[in-house]
Amino acid sequence: MKPVLPFLELEVGPRVPVTCDGVALDLPLGANLAAALLAAGIDVFRHTPVSGAPRGPFCMMGACFDCLVEIAGTTRQACMVEVTAGLDIRRPNMGRDAGI
Amino acid sequence: MQEFDLAIIGAGPAGMAAAHEAAGLGLRVVLLDEQPRPGGQIHRDVDRVAGARADRLGLDYRHGLRLTAALRQADIHHLAGAVVWAIEDGFCLSYTRNGQAGQVTAARVVLATGALERPMPLPGWTLPGVMMAGAGQILLKQSGVAARRAVLVGAGPLLYLVAAQMVRAGTPPLALVETPTGADRWRALRHLAGALRGWRDLVKGAAMLAVIARARVPRFPAATDIVIEGKTGPDALRFTSRGRAQRIPCDIVFLHHGVVPDTQAARSLGVRHLWHPQQACFVPQLDDWGGTDVPGVYIAGDGGGIGGAGAAEIAGRLAALRLAEDAGRITQAQRDHRAKPLRAALSRALALRPFLDAAFPPYAAALAPADDTVVCRCEEVTAGTIRDHARLGCLGPNQAKAYGRAGMGPCQGRYCGLTVTAILAKANGRSFDDTGYFRIRPPLKPVTLGALAAMEHTEPGTPDQETKT
Repeated sequence: MKPVLPFLELEVGPRVPVTCDGVALDLPLGANLAAALLAAGIDVFRHTPVSGAPRGPFCMMGACFDCLVEIAGTTRQACMVEVTAGLDIRRPNMGRDAGI
Repeated sequence: MQEFDLAIIGAGPAGMAAAHEAAGLGLRVVLLDEQPRPGGQIHRDVDRVAGARADRLGLDYRHGLRLTAALRQADIHHLAGAVVWAIEDGFCLSYTRNGQAGQVTAARVVLATGALERPMPLPGWTLPGVMMAGAGQILLKQSGVAARRAVLVGAGPLLYLVAAQMVRAGTPPLALVETPTGADRWRALRHLAGALRGWRDLVKGAAMLAVIARARVPRFPAATDIVIEGKTGPDALRFTSRGRAQRIPCDIVFLHHGVVPDTQAARSLGVRHLWHPQQACFVPQLDDWGGTDVPGVYIAGDGGGIGGAGAAEIAGRLAALRLAEDAGRITQAQRDHRAKPLRAALSRALALRPFLDAAFPPYAAALAPADDTVVCRCEEVTAGTIRDHARLGCLGPNQAKAYGRAGMGPCQGRYCGLTVTAILAKANGRSFDDTGYFRIRPPLKPVTLGALAAMEHTEPGTPDQETKT
């Protein structure tokens, strides 16, 4: 991870606990999940099934399917999910570098 | 199953205006939208945005508040968070909402599915941290999340808007790398006389450029040979501007070179599309009311050809008038009387469009990417592979699917379709219309087997239901 996070949260509000690959995170309640994960410093959301290349959010409007994550076992577009307490987020095909 | 006079897909400016107008004329309207709250992409989440953030985003955004307020007042069955994945004859619309599948039927359909950003395949565009500029804007306006060290790359008014909004947010872009050339500007000047009728938009554009200039954001014109360097994310943007090689270290790259109609739903219904040379995309063929060659199917807004939010709203109202007449709620004379001022407003709203199309053409190198550049992001198919298909006799995008899976991933060609058509058209020396586009079939968006299996037992969605994830 880079010392300064690439994204900056401009506002503060209530936060709720979630887990991402088992690691505890506090994300803004009701926020767009893809935006909240980016702001938390998570840039790689998954690796592609074809070549294993890293991917992250690209369109933020539910069209590109690059921000796919697993939530409670179902593959979802992170940019179409809102943050709620207790989300269990897993990143598909993270393989060897699954650490956050 | 609930039956309606009219189903509208998409709650952006066109869909909201169509719903409000049609409900006001006595039609039973169901409005299905993917997002949890109305607004579409341009007015995304406008009802929740705090005052301070609305100031940063500007007046146009607040106009969305008026549209959503009108939507709440009218008697409309609004299914928020409903992803439509099939539209069948009759019309029966299947959707997923809160993980459950449901169906509604309607005698008529308005597709208000809006636009997508034009795919911009260039080396490095699949890296995490490389996003469309519209995505950067959504991060800012919906989530209040700003990129600290971002470069904006490409062409078009949205690029300036995002740059100005980033400046106001206190995180100006490191640079604005622009692909239009001096020749493009000359071509655009020919449309200036017409553009002056849209002077309000020109003034807005000048104001955005002033904000960018005051913040001393470096601007690089006529950029070519653009490459995003990096392995797990952008390290730097490399390009040539005015004959000089440049390299700008950065963390985030926002790409943009125009928007194109989202035609997936219309194509799945068999609506006829033709290539639009000025807008460099396929556009559905519509009559003056947004009617297509498929009876009962109407298209309003950017999904019917790029015109912007103002034009979309008017197109939505025009379609609603035509459909109210079709349903016998108003006479043809009443319809035409009400449409008259709308048509004048539509003409004004579209006045600037030819100027914009000429001034901000797509980045040429992204329309014909280098052989090793990934074109289909989902299946990781390169431009060279598509050219290989052409050498083996592949004439169109549907054949290309069989040859090498381009367009067969989860995005279903949304971010490679136009590129695949362009590459095959050029390689085979055929027109865009002859080359064609991917055949789009349901499901328009992925749907789980669980949702399908449970469909028989679910009641149709109820309005005002809390959307929980």
